[in-house]
Amino acid sequence: MKPAAFEYERARTLAGAVARLATHGSDAKLIAGGQSLVPMMAMRLLRPTLLVDIRELDELKLIRIDADADTVRVGACVRQSEALEHAALGEAVPLLAKALRWVGHVQTRNRGTVGGSVVHADPCAELPLVVRVLDAQLEACAASGSSLIAAREFFTGPLSTALAPEACLAAIHFPRWREGACGCAFEELSIRHGDFAIVAAAAQLALDAGGRCTRVVLGVGGAGPTPLALERAAAGLVGTRLEDAAIDATAEQASRDVEPGDDQHASADYRRDLVRVLSIRVLRAARSEARGQSQPGGA
Amino acid sequence: MADDVTPTFKYIGQHRRAKEHPRFVTGQGRFAADIALPGLKHVALVASPYASATIVAIRVDAARAMPGVHCVLTGEELCRETDSLLIGVDAPEVKRYPLAAGVVRYAGEWVAAVVADSRALAEDAAECVEVEYAPLPHVVDPERALAADAPCVHPAHGSNVLYRRAFVWGPVDEAFSGAAHRLAYRARWGRSATVPIETFVVSAEWNAANALLEVWASIQMPKFPDQTARALRLPGNAVRVHFDVDVGGSYGTKRGIKHAVLVGYLARKLRMPVRLIEDRLENMRGGDMQGPDRIFDVEMAYDADGTVRALRMRALDDVGAYAGRSPLQLGKPVGAICGPYRIPAVAYEPISVMTNKTPQEAVRGFGQAPTNYALELGMDKVARALGMDRLALRQRNLIRKEEFPYLIPSGSTYDSGDYHTVLDKALASAGYDELIAERDRARRGGRLAGIGISTCLEPSGGNSAFEPLFNPKNQTTTWMDSCLVRVDLSGAVTGVMHTSTAGQGHETLVSTVLGEVLERDPASIRVVHADSLSALPSNSPVGSRMAIMLGGAAAGAAERIKERLMAIAAHNLGVPREALDYAGGAVSVKAEPARTVSWDQLVEIAHRKFHQLPEGMEPGLQAAFVWEVPTGGALPTADGRIQMYPCYAFEAHVVYIEIDPDTGQPTIRRYAVGHDCGVMINPDIVHGMTYGGIAHGIGAALYEKFSFSDDGQLVSGTFMDYLIPSALEVPRLTIVDHCTPSPLTSFGQKGSGEAGYLGGPAAIACAINDALGPLGTSIEETPMKPLALWGRIRDARARLKRVA
Amino acid sequence: MGDERHYEICVEVNGVARQARVPARKTLVDLLREDLELTGSHVGCEHGVCGACSVLFDGEPMRACLVFAVQADGHKVTTIEGLCRPDGSMGVLQDSFCESHGLQCGYCTPGMLIAAQGLLQRRPDPSEDEIRDAIGGNLCRCTGYQQIVEAIQLAARRAGAGER
Repeated sequence: MKPAAFEYERARTLAGAVARLATHGSDAKLIAGGQSLVPMMAMRLLRPTLLVDIRELDELKLIRIDADADTVRVGACVRQSEALEHAALGEAVPLLAKALRWVGHVQTRNRGTVGGSVVHADPCAELPLVVRVLDAQLEACAASGSSLIAAREFFTGPLSTALAPEACLAAIHFPRWREGACGCAFEELSIRHGDFAIVAAAAQLALDAGGRCTRVVLGVGGAGPTPLALERAAAGLVGTRLEDAAIDATAEQASRDVEPGDDQHASADYRRDLVRVLSIRVLRAARSEARGQSQPGGA
Repeated sequence: MADDVTPTFKYIGQHRRAKEHPRFVTGQGRFAADIALPGLKHVALVASPYASATIVAIRVDAARAMPGVHCVLTGEELCRETDSLLIGVDAPEVKRYPLAAGVVRYAGEWVAAVVADSRALAEDAAECVEVEYAPLPHVVDPERALAADAPCVHPAHGSNVLYRRAFVWGPVDEAFSGAAHRLAYRARWGRSATVPIETFVVSAEWNAANALLEVWASIQMPKFPDQTARALRLPGNAVRVHFDVDVGGSYGTKRGIKHAVLVGYLARKLRMPVRLIEDRLENMRGGDMQGPDRIFDVEMAYDADGTVRALRMRALDDVGAYAGRSPLQLGKPVGAICGPYRIPAVAYEPISVMTNKTPQEAVRGFGQAPTNYALELGMDKVARALGMDRLALRQRNLIRKEEFPYLIPSGSTYDSGDYHTVLDKALASAGYDELIAERDRARRGGRLAGIGISTCLEPSGGNSAFEPLFNPKNQTTTWMDSCLVRVDLSGAVTGVMHTSTAGQGHETLVSTVLGEVLERDPASIRVVHADSLSALPSNSPVGSRMAIMLGGAAAGAAERIKERLMAIAAHNLGVPREALDYAGGAVSVKAEPARTVSWDQLVEIAHRKFHQLPEGMEPGLQAAFVWEVPTGGALPTADGRIQMYPCYAFEAHVVYIEIDPDTGQPTIRRYAVGHDCGVMINPDIVHGMTYGGIAHGIGAALYEKFSFSDDGQLVSGTFMDYLIPSALEVPRLTIVDHCTPSPLTSFGQKGSGEAGYLGGPAAIACAINDALGPLGTSIEETPMKPLALWGRIRDARARLKRVA
Repeated sequence: MGDERHYEICVEVNGVARQARVPARKTLVDLLREDLELTGSHVGCEHGVCGACSVLFDGEPMRACLVFAVQADGHKVTTIEGLCRPDGSMGVLQDSFCESHGLQCGYCTPGMLIAAQGLLQRRPDPSEDEIRDAIGGNLCRCTGYQQIVEAIQLAARRAGAGER
């Protein structure tokens, strides 16, 4: 399984990388960690004629957490292993850390990047789900300039994003929740540890002082052509005390709101039911965490 | 509890580091792809995208013109210039060649081979080969393939049935009429294989001056050099297979005969050394290494007290589009058809059917694992039907230790065993009573939890008696192996073995045996692999045979050396042989121990002092030993009774599994095995292979399947979809040993190369069904993936709701 | 070889700077095996699942089939050959695999040793769960992982007791 021939350049700056994409056209691809890209090239499913290597661009490896800012900026080439071990990032965007534990294996996390997984946009992958459910913003950089793309517009189909062929994902801006009592959870059903999810679910919520839910997001992966934020279902929880019955109803709604596909590992019906089951689990887990944080004296 | 009957030895049975390991842990292994050959060229394959089609045209000009390309070979030339590969049943019209001959019969079948300066360039050129196909009707369902109007995979053969026979051993119909109860069920063993991490690799070089084809391959196959030569229309001594190649795992699958014939032909044609390293896609789809793919229809007749009176088993096996030895995987289980139970009447109907799928080859156990799975499911069903504890049911039906040697209805005698003790040991090791309590606690907490027990046989010794059984025209009754021992001028001992090794530790096995008999430190004994021209006969490490056959041959050769030393000593000390003692390689007079001849002195006499050698004795100090498999050498009776393998190892698995009731995901929480393979020559090796066999069993039971779409496409052709268990899926495993020596072997050893795999899937299935039992549902197919379990649970809950 | 463009690279392998001239599509594992004749790293799947190709890349375990050789230019790679002592003898980790029978056919072993080395560098006293997690991306078909886990536990104990 040898890839088709291509040429290789190591970018020295981000500006240089996107300039190269602009001049070479859509047969050029960026490579960073390569954990998603190289297998596809080995199987000749992708045949770029030029690879522009951005893995070593320090400007894409920064994690910026400002105490006052509402978002955390994670450079696209931050390695998954580094993101997982970054204590401050784990505090600021706890859902990301929880999801990262499910991503691949030690070795793939040592090389795979946060941005790479997001741009690869496998609907069963964990990081695209986190980006979508938190409604992060994707900072795209092209020779023509930079722009911010909202997560809800970013994922357009399986393995397909709104990122222009000549653009590079420079960073992901994750929203930071400021509420006092917050909780989040990430769960997935995969056949083996480290595999892509059959279905994954992510939830994050906040409670007011009276224990009522003021804000909640719920998302699933593996249940459609892109990671999905189940806004209609989640909305039903706002204002409730997140009783079991309310969560169950939300999960039922969530499973009705998805149109999953069939494959050798899982039927559409199975995926639909997993959406329900995993939604319950992540909502309950997030609820426990949030309630723990809202106890007097801390969690 | 019975006492262990392990005999004591000096080296055998002791913890000893494997000789092979130092080279592997330092990266100095010598695998087939590691061998440098100057001027080596590389092969890539063009494969059929269709399950069934005529090849209308192949255009190779564009490919031939690509950079670095030396040759593009198609089936038209290859099939003309080579002979069809051998098939194990009487089906002369089912021909098989390395490249398709005018017709493709499975998606992934090789249509053309490109030879280029590098694999990458060969792949580039392979993409430029244009093949025009005219699709034909295809069949992928084995039951459909039986129908008279089904598309015929090999029209010249007349049907899709490669082999079919109805064996009846004992008064089956009467037993069914006389029994109090009967039950029937269907079980499906999904197609999987013990896929090794190394794919098949073969290099060949034609030495024109010597008219000799040199072959290096990652091979595990009986008669590989002979069949390669035959297909290439060369005499047997024009092919030299180098058996000193380290093989990266095989577990039955590395048969590679079509790869070797292809590469051998190319090497000769091009007068250049040529190598094919299957890439993983070629390996999975077109490597022809998939395993049994069976539908069992079973009936059991039993009495109210749980005694099983008779068994009827129909086994329909889908071998795919071509066959080699694969149909014979229905024959090997004849030797243990009633398992470890006292079932006096058995009807067995094996049917080997072809479909338009990747061909099956041999997999660890050669058909025994699926058979054990089907049988054990039935035992649990009988227990459930009677409301009887399945442990008690097994204890009632298991052959008792006083009954050995035990003759089963199909003509095989089980040599020795103490099944009840091994089972007890396994239960104790698993903490069975605590497990039951834990299971019941889990169930009260709303979880699905189950314990599975399987008691299964591992026939060992590898007598290929299924060959004449399934094909009376093939009167093969010889299944030998060999060892040659040399003591050189310096007194150092070298053992020579005559086949390949794929991780079974043969060098350690042979050096331990030689050391034991000659009473010399195994660490000082070297073991080498002969090549096929200098080799004594061997039938390769199949059928769990090497501990018995290679161990036995090594012991035999060592005994001959020892006798020679005794004779030399007797002659030089002037006393009869009976007056002498042998100790540590020195020989002394029993009555006067000071009168002794040392090892070095004996060696010197043998090699250099002809004047001191007994008359008529050959000079030098070497001995060969070739021997036939014990109990072998007979043809089957008219009703198909035969002694299959000589020795029977036994395993009892106890597995505790919990299933997430909402997702269907199973988790193995506890796994213990009681194992009796007689005397273990090296316990670490035996344990290691048993752990590995259990992992294979976990894979087959829960994760692995070669899945085909309705149009015959393999949809699990990469490691992303064919799911091999990792260290996170295989739990901690416990093995407890027992020893009932075999009366048939040199030290009482039985084979253990298939241990763990033969009883594992059965135990896991029984545990899963015990967990599903309270819901009133069950599963009788492998692999038991979360989707399947979820479906059973959902349907059961819906049924229970309706009833409520 | 034809028209394909080649690149001059320099990779430090097992402490020695190695030059090579390679096409961009050549993977790191193929560079090691073919150009540098270090056949200790093995190829099992070429799509990043089996882990037989694992090497230490800048000190961390990675799949060498998913790195192009040109990407390794200027970086440090340690292979199984590099785990030996300077005099070529086995280190404690390798010796522990031998003592615990942590291998059979040897094909996955280089990757397992690399994964174990990566783990023990960061967690000298790992739990069994941590060991299984560290080798969770390395497939073995011979051993069922049991004796591999025991080998790594033994190596950790021996290193903890001061053995080097």
